[in-house]
Amino acid sequence: MRVNFTVNGRPQQADDVWEGESLLYVLRERLGLPGSKNACEQGECGSCTVRLDGVPVCSCLVAAGQVEGREVVTVEGLAEYARQRAEGGSCASGACGTTLDEAKGWSARGAGPQTGEGAPSPRAALSPVQQAFIDAGAVQCGFCTPGLLVAADEMLERNPSPTDEDIREALSGNLCRCTGYEKILDAVRLAAARQERQGEAV
Amino acid sequence: MDFLRPASWEEALAAKAEHPTAVPIAGGTDVMVEINFDHRRPEYLLDLNRVELLGEWEVGEEDVRLGASVPYTRIMEHLRAELPGLALASHTVASPQIRNRGGVGGNLGTASPAGDAHPALLAAGAEVEVESVRGTRFIPIDAFFTGVKRNALQPDELIKTIHVKKADGPQQYSKVGTRNAMVIAVCAFGIALHPETRTVRTGIGSAAPTPVRAREAEEFLNAALEEGGFWDSGRIITPSIAKQFADLASAACNPIDDVRGTARYRRHAVGIMARRTLGWTWEQYRGGARTLEGAA
Ligand SMILES: Cc1cc2nc3c(=O)[nH]c(=O)nc-3n(C[C@H](O)[C@H](O)[C@H](O)COP(=O)(O)OP(=O)(O)OC[C@H]3O[C@@H](n4cnc5c(N)ncnc54)[C@H](O)[C@@H]3O)c2cc1C
Ligand code: FES
Ligand code: FES
Repeated sequence: MRVNFTVNGRPQQADDVWEGESLLYVLRERLGLPGSKNACEQGECGSCTVRLDGVPVCSCLVAAGQVEGREVVTVEGLAEYARQRAEGGSCASGACGTTLDEAKGWSARGAGPQTGEGAPSPRAALSPVQQAFIDAGAVQCGFCTPGLLVAADEMLERNPSPTDEDIREALSGNLCRCTGYEKILDAVRLAAARQERQGEAV
Repeated sequence: MDFLRPASWEEALAAKAEHPTAVPIAGGTDVMVEINFDHRRPEYLLDLNRVELLGEWEVGEEDVRLGASVPYTRIMEHLRAELPGLALASHTVASPQIRNRGGVGGNLGTASPAGDAHPALLAAGAEVEVESVRGTRFIPIDAFFTGVKRNALQPDELIKTIHVKKADGPQQYSKVGTRNAMVIAVCAFGIALHPETRTVRTGIGSAAPTPVRAREAEEFLNAALEEGGFWDSGRIITPSIAKQFADLASAACNPIDDVRGTARYRRHAVGIMARRTLGWTWEQYRGGARTLEGAA
């Protein structure tokens, strides 16, 4: 079957989709977006977390056919998504969002000390949460990172001043086998603090 | 496999009548696991996401009419005062991502003895409204679970609405697991005080082939509270009454040994949860706390 839906603000079409296929499979194997990770395929690890009409879900548990006509944001589109949100922008021109090619070519170009790749692209290179993960050292093998970023970003959108309890709750569906979570909590606190400072500056 | 995408409730019923073997998919948090692991290869998937009425709820005089697909997250956010037991139980389900998709209709469809909605529904009192092209039935929650992962649905029927009695007193839900998030219950206990009828109702999860009420425990407690004039005096429930209630709740279990726990442990833990949740809810009742919201 064919599935039409919006991915990172741009209309996409997936063909030859098997009826029992998951959204995760369509994103990774049919659209070439491997940012959302495939680990457990049973909702346990959260590494496949994307936003479906704004709501964080495990893409491994959404049937492809269920996303027809709906909007999905993946980690590849997160930076642009966060930029638009910060600017309070809607997308009437259709020129925003992240194309498949941009998404496929995406790599972390932060302003952090570990990344010396030169100037960030004109489009948002990193969202504040992504930058905070780098700065706080919250990434080790990185497999859990995309899911955590999507979940953390959504929480900060809803709840700009989270308590530690709020952060733990929001990330309770995301497993990390490397970091022991402390640095991840640091990163989210850092992103929240920076967001707050920015809010005050405006 | 065929993917059926009815746009309305009528279309969904017609599709289910035409293809009784079609597997409905709502949040997909049970169905997709089975498909991903090749445990199930249905001929038809019947997507319910486009049927709007399944995602809606309405608070009436007596009860809440909860659409089958209302996600747990919504129940926690919006129905905490009306359905405190179910809201607490919802909060114990899996993780935010799962709670954003999964709902009570899917929980009832799977009818696992470990489903967290079930003890809360049994304790609150509920009816499941199911429909087919042949008509509508209201199935009392006590008659809904017919065996391990079996329910009273006919092949052409779909769950439309769960009618849950609005809380008229404190409710609690307690669950044993190895951590806070993402655990299937080792066992669970729901309790609801109904001061209007001067009764207490219960629900036990994961400690029998189906979710069950601890009926003898309820009957004993109802009689003891009545005889002792506890509802009027608001006195502390005596330890001997609480112990007898706990023992009878334990006795209502018919558990198995499995990877999550032994039968003996489950019986023991259900007794403990029964005594504790009775204590908590009775304290709330005595305090006359006007808010009926449960504490997480
Ligand atoms: C990682 C993980 C953790 C979990 N943890 C818990 C937990 O802690 N507690 C718990 O109770 N559950 C848990 N579950 C199971 C699951 O999330 C729940 O059972 C949930 O309520 C299912 O709802 P759903 O909408 O996703 O159902 P679906 O998967 O869409 O459907 C489940 C079943 O119900 C049927 N169905 C759905 N809607 C209808 C309808 N309207 N009419 C008739 N049949 C219908 C389907 O055909 C299917 O048989 C967990 C699942 C996962 C993946
Ligand atoms: S791959 Fe989806 S939750 Fe693990
Ligand atoms: S960094 Fe390796 S799993 Fe989290």
